[in-house]
Amino acid sequence: MINYGIAILLLPLLSFIIMIFVGKKLPNRGDWLSIGSVAITFCLSLSLFIMMLFKYDPYFKVEKIFTWFNLGTLDLKIGILIDNITIIMLLVVSLVSTLVHIYSTSYMKEDSRYSRYFAFLSLFTFSMNGIILSNNLLGIYIFWELVGLSSYLLIGFWFEKESAANASKKAFLVNRVGDIGMFIGIMLFFSSIGSFLFKDLYLGVSQGMFSVDTLTIAGLCLFAGAVGKSAQFPLHIWLPDAMEGPTPVSALIHAATMVAAGVYLAFRLFPIFTPQALTIIAYVGAITAVFAAIIAITQNDIKKVLAYSTVSQLGYMILAVGVGAYTYGFFHLVTHAAFKAGLFLCSGSVIHAMHHAYHKLDDHKSDAQDMRNMGGLKDKMPVTFYSMLFCTIALSGIPFTSGFLSKDAVLAGTLAFSSQYPNHFLLSLFGFSAALFTAFYMFRLIFLTFYGKPNSKKVFDNIHESPIQMTTPLIILSSLSFFLFFTFPNFNPLSYDGWFMTLVKSKDSLVPGYLNPTAYQIKEEIGQAHNLALFLSLSVAALGIGFAFLIYYSKLISPDSIYRRLKVLHNLSFNKFFIDEILKKYLIDPFLKISKYIAIFDWDVYDKYFINGFGRITENFSKTVGNLWDYKFLDQKIIDGFGRITKFSGSKLRLIQSGKIQNYLILVLVGIIILYVFQAI
Amino acid sequence: MDLNSYLIISAILFSLGLFGVITRRNGVAVLMSIELILNAANINFIAFSRYSGMDFSGHIFSLFVIILAAAEAAVALAIILNIFNNFGSINIDDANKMSQ
Repeated sequence: MINYGIAILLLPLLSFIIMIFVGKKLPNRGDWLSIGSVAITFCLSLSLFIMMLFKYDPYFKVEKIFTWFNLGTLDLKIGILIDNITIIMLLVVSLVSTLVHIYSTSYMKEDSRYSRYFAFLSLFTFSMNGIILSNNLLGIYIFWELVGLSSYLLIGFWFEKESAANASKKAFLVNRVGDIGMFIGIMLFFSSIGSFLFKDLYLGVSQGMFSVDTLTIAGLCLFAGAVGKSAQFPLHIWLPDAMEGPTPVSALIHAATMVAAGVYLAFRLFPIFTPQALTIIAYVGAITAVFAAIIAITQNDIKKVLAYSTVSQLGYMILAVGVGAYTYGFFHLVTHAAFKAGLFLCSGSVIHAMHHAYHKLDDHKSDAQDMRNMGGLKDKMPVTFYSMLFCTIALSGIPFTSGFLSKDAVLAGTLAFSSQYPNHFLLSLFGFSAALFTAFYMFRLIFLTFYGKPNSKKVFDNIHESPIQMTTPLIILSSLSFFLFFTFPNFNPLSYDGWFMTLVKSKDSLVPGYLNPTAYQIKEEIGQAHNLALFLSLSVAALGIGFAFLIYYSKLISPDSIYRRLKVLHNLSFNKFFIDEILKKYLIDPFLKISKYIAIFDWDVYDKYFINGFGRITENFSKTVGNLWDYKFLDQKIIDGFGRITKFSGSKLRLIQSGKIQNYLILVLVGIIILYVFQAI
Repeated sequence: MDLNSYLIISAILFSLGLFGVITRRNGVAVLMSIELILNAANINFIAFSRYSGMDFSGHIFSLFVIILAAAEAAVALAIILNIFNNFGSINIDDANKMSQ
C-alpha cells in the first residue's frame, strides 16, 4: 500500500523531469508520456479506492515514517500517510488531472510550448499528490510551495500577455502572505513538540503542551496558509486574476485541486483548532462565501464568474470546518471538484469555439470570454451545453445531484451551529444568501451563454462543437455530479448517507479541557437541522433560479431597471468591492511611497555621503600613501637601496673571484676552520 | 700502538697533502698531494676498523678508495695533458682564462 503511495507520488515527477528536458524531441511532443504517467497514477488511486471500499473501515490507516536526517538531538522524520481521506483526495486529483490532460491535448494543440505545458501539469500533479500523502507539516509545506510554483508557472504560461505575467506574480505574492503565516504556525508547533508529524502534533496537543492562547494563535497562523491557498477573504484577490492561465489549468488547479489544498489542511488540523480559532475560521468562510457570490452576479467574463463561484464554494468548505461539520466540508470539496472542474472545462470548450470563430473571421479585438458576445449556443454545442447545465444544477443545489447533498449538509451544519449559538446567526444568513446568489449567477451564466439571441450572426455561424478529446471529459465530469456516485448504496436522493459518510468519520477535538462539542454531538445536531436546511436551501435555490429565469430568459424584468435602482450595489459588485483598489491605496501605495523615501535616503544620503565618502577617503588616502610611502620611501629607498647594495657588494666581492683554483681552496679551508671553531664554541 | 698514533700519522699526512694542494703550482704535484689526502683517509678507515669493530668494512672501504684514486688519477692526468696541450705548461695558474 505504501508502495502504491510512493509510485503515485513519483510517477508524475519522473514524467516532469523527462518532459522538461527532452519533451520537445519526443514523438507527438511527449503528451503521451504525461498522460500515461497520470493515467497510471489514476489506476493506482482507483485500485486503492476499490481496496478501501472492500475494507469498508472508517478507521483504516497506514503510515510509514522515514528519518530524513539527524542533526544532533534533532531527528527529523517525514513520511507517508494513507487513510480514507488520502485515498479519496488522490482519486479526485488523479481523475481530474487525467481528464484535464486529455482535454488539453486538443485545447493546447496549437501552442508552441505544448510539451512544456504538459511538463508543468505533471509537476503540479506530483506536488499535489505530495500534499495529500504527507503525514507531516514540513512535507505539506514543501509541497505547498511546489503547487504554488506550478500554479505560478501555469498562470503565467502565456507570459507574452502582460496581464498573464502580472496575474502569475500576483498569485505568487499573495500566496506568500498566507504562507508566511503558515510557516510561523508550523514553527510554533515544532518549537514545542520537536516533530512535524501529525501524530506527534495531535499527541502534544491532547497532552496539553500548549496553552489555549498559543494554540489559537498557532492554529490561526496555519489557517493563514489555507486562507492564501484557498483564496479566502481578504487574500482571495489572486484567484480571479489566475484565470489568465489556460482554461484546463483553471479547471485543474484553480477549481478542483490546489485551491482545495487549504481546505484539506484545515480538515487535517481540525482536531487541534480551538473554539476561538474555529469561530474566526467560520466567519472568514461565511464572509468569503457570500462576498464572492455577490461579485459573481455582475461579472461578464465567463471565467471570472466561475472563479468567484469557486471562491464562494471554498468559503462554504471553510465555513463547514469552522462550524465543526468538517466531514461535510470535505464532502463538498469532493463533489465540488467534479462539477467545478466540469464547469471550467465546459467554459473552456465555449471559449475555444468562440476563439476559433473570431479567428476565422480575422477578428482579434473581440473578447472570446465575454458572455455578452455569446448567446444561443445551445444548439450549436449540445454536448457542452448539457454537461454545463448538469454541473450548474449540481452547483446550484438541486436534488438528484451531488452538489445538492454536500451543500445541504454544509448548510445544515451551519444551521445547527447557529441554533446552538444564536448570536452567530450571521453564519447561517451568509450561508443561505450565498446559496441564493449561487443559483442566480449560475443560471444567469447559462441563460446568457446558451439561450437568447446570438450577439453576432457571423460569429454564431462559425461556432462548432469541440472535438471528442474535449467533450469526453465534460461528459465524465458532469455525470459524476449524479448523487448516486456519492451515496451508494443509499438510493434516497435527499439523504447524504452512503459510503462517503461512513468512511470519512470526523474526529473529536483534541484541545484539552475545552468545550468543543464532540463529533457525535455535532452529527446529532446536524441530523436535526437537516430537514429545515433542506427546505431552506431548496427554496433559496428555486428563488435564485426563478430570478435568473425572469431576468435573463423570459426578460420580464429588465436588468437595466434593476441596475438603475441598485446602482450603488451594482457598482460595488461589479468592481469587486474595490478590494484590489483598497489594497492598492492602503497597502501597496503606502508601501511604495515608503520604499521611495527609503530609496531617496539610500541614494541621496547613504550612497552619496557614506559610500561615495568611503570612495573619496580611499582615493585621497591612496594618493598620499602612494606618493609618500610607496614612491618616496618604498621605491626610492628600499627597492633602489637593495639595488645599490647589491651593486656595491658585487663590485667588492668580485675581487675574490681570482680564477685561481688554489685561492678558492684556501677559502674553503678557512670556511671549514671557521665552522669548526663555531661548532667547538 | 694505540688509535691516537694512527690518527696523528693520518692528520700529518692530510695536512701535508692539503698544503701541497694549496701551494704547489705544478699540476702533477697537486695531483700527488690529493693522493696523500686520500691515503690519510685510508689510514683513518683502517685504524677505526681495527680499534672499534672487528669486521673488515674499513679495509673494504680503503680498497674502494684506492680504486677510485686510480680512476681519478687517470682522469686528472688526462686533464693535465689537455692543459699542457692548450697552454704549453702544466702550471695551473696559467689556466685562468675563464676569469678574464
